[in-house]
Amino acid sequence: MIAPRALALSLSAMVAALFVASLLIGPAALPVGESLAALVAGGDGPLALIMREIRLPRAVLAVLIGAALGLSGAAMQGYLRNPLAEPGLIGVSASAALGAVIALQTGVASAHVLALPVAALLGAVVAVGLILGLAGPRGSSLTLILAGVAISALAGAFTSLVLNLSPNPFAASEIVFWMMGSLADRSVLHVAIAAPFILGGGAVLLALGRGLDALTLGEDAAAAMGVSLSQLRLMLVLGVAAVVGASTAVAGAVGFVGLVVPHLLRRAVGARPSRLLWASALGGAAMVLAADIAVRLVLPERDLKLGVVMAIVGAPLFLHLIYRTRGEFP
Amino acid sequence: MQGSVRASSVIALLAALWVGAAAADTPRRVVSINLCTDQLAMLLAAPGQLVSISHLARDPRSSAMVVEAAAYPINRASAEEVFLLAPDLVLAGSFTAPATLALLDRLGVPVVQLPPAATLEDVGAHLRLIGTALGREAVAEELAAQFETELAALRVSPDHRPRAALYGANGYSSGVQSLPGQVLQAAGFDNVATELDMDGGGMIALEQLILADPDLVIGGSRYPGHSRAEDVPRHPALRELRAGGAGLSDADWVCGTPHVLQAVARLVAAREGLTP
Repeated sequence: MIAPRALALSLSAMVAALFVASLLIGPAALPVGESLAALVAGGDGPLALIMREIRLPRAVLAVLIGAALGLSGAAMQGYLRNPLAEPGLIGVSASAALGAVIALQTGVASAHVLALPVAALLGAVVAVGLILGLAGPRGSSLTLILAGVAISALAGAFTSLVLNLSPNPFAASEIVFWMMGSLADRSVLHVAIAAPFILGGGAVLLALGRGLDALTLGEDAAAAMGVSLSQLRLMLVLGVAAVVGASTAVAGAVGFVGLVVPHLLRRAVGARPSRLLWASALGGAAMVLAADIAVRLVLPERDLKLGVVMAIVGAPLFLHLIYRTRGEFP
Repeated sequence: MQGSVRASSVIALLAALWVGAAAADTPRRVVSINLCTDQLAMLLAAPGQLVSISHLARDPRSSAMVVEAAAYPINRASAEEVFLLAPDLVLAGSFTAPATLALLDRLGVPVVQLPPAATLEDVGAHLRLIGTALGREAVAEELAAQFETELAALRVSPDHRPRAALYGANGYSSGVQSLPGQVLQAAGFDNVATELDMDGGGMIALEQLILADPDLVIGGSRYPGHSRAEDVPRHPALRELRAGGAGLSDADWVCGTPHVLQAVARLVAAREGLTP
């Protein structure tokens, strides 16, 4: 275990460094000093336009979405007491993507600015609700993962269907964006859409720390300590749906962040859910910033999807976790 | 007496054969299965000669002749339905599905394939080519000459050539070796894609486009539904560069027909509207 203050400082420093690095990487090779000056000072020139309207929203979204996914993974794992609970793996992201795609293709999203994040949130609520109903606080890993597989498959199939039926000739080729996620060419509009939901949902999830800590002692002990389990569950569903829904609505379904980050940080926080929450938020931000830098460095000409990088990192870990928890399986 | 009757009937038979051969040269049931040949055929065909056009000709986002297209039955370019129309000539594009063309070939249906127009000179050439295929050379010659005269009148060499970028879905930019690029050039613009070594066209990242600082960004129209691909040319960072855009859509220049003159005229107007 690392002292909480030292951990918070080092994670924050990492996020800050990666944030600046993210601002300095892009297809247009810009001089470092001048571009940072243009970012701060603004102005009419192309440099200020690129820094403020293209690179800044991208970096801010990477922080917000990474924090959202890391935090929601830690919160779900705390509640289900299962290290495999992750929004991407259990179908929450896929359902949010379905909600977003329906809102976009029906035109509801262009009629009202809130329609897109709200539709994604509703998709996520359905998935989280189903997962908690099926796996429950005492459900086995097997139930959790199988329920997640079914929900992901169904939501993914409907997302493909909606995009295939779209009158837009480009829509069908964007199935991969909704399944893998990308931050390419996002704008301040997307930050404005996602930020309120991520910040609001994030605050709800961070407030669950005490309840989740109590839950590690068992449900009866938690109830004896005055933790209302039904309220905890409701807050968890709404918080996860808000942050995952808003993230997916603007960047597609990015998987594995909520799996990898809490796993890496669990020992550093002494396995205390309340500390794991904020640590995973910071760690998730750093991880998505790093992944988004990687996609731009590895294949700068092509829009390599964030989910691809995350899966390369996350899937081996997922297999390792399954191997370790296989004793639970019948 | 009998001999003379026989001689006259032989002459009549020969005459009938000759007329028949001439009629065989002029197709009487023409089916077009390509958006661009649809439009050229509608411009050139004799009344009743064109029996069907592709469904794309009625789509206002891709066709410049939606009104005219309403008068013709449409097809969806499948070999089966084309064969059932019993055409004596099929007009197709050079990128029409090879399986469809192979099937029509096996069924013995004559097909004329037209390559996509890459220059404004192709417009006249394609009019004449389809005109010949339809046996309407005179009409084709007249339309081609009219097009060339009007183009020459629009084509100007301004003292100052503003720099413009054609910027479409996914950040694709048409270079000078494409019909839209040629239209842009004819309207008195320099193409930013040329500065970036993309004469044939290619993807330009948003950042690179902004760094190139063009005087004008010209984007296409949106299709219904939604796509991220079409969000790229509408990125808020481009709003000022797009402000003087001419509002052109694919229909204006996807095909090399005389309708591209309207695209040239609108771009000339857009150029004159730019403050130097």
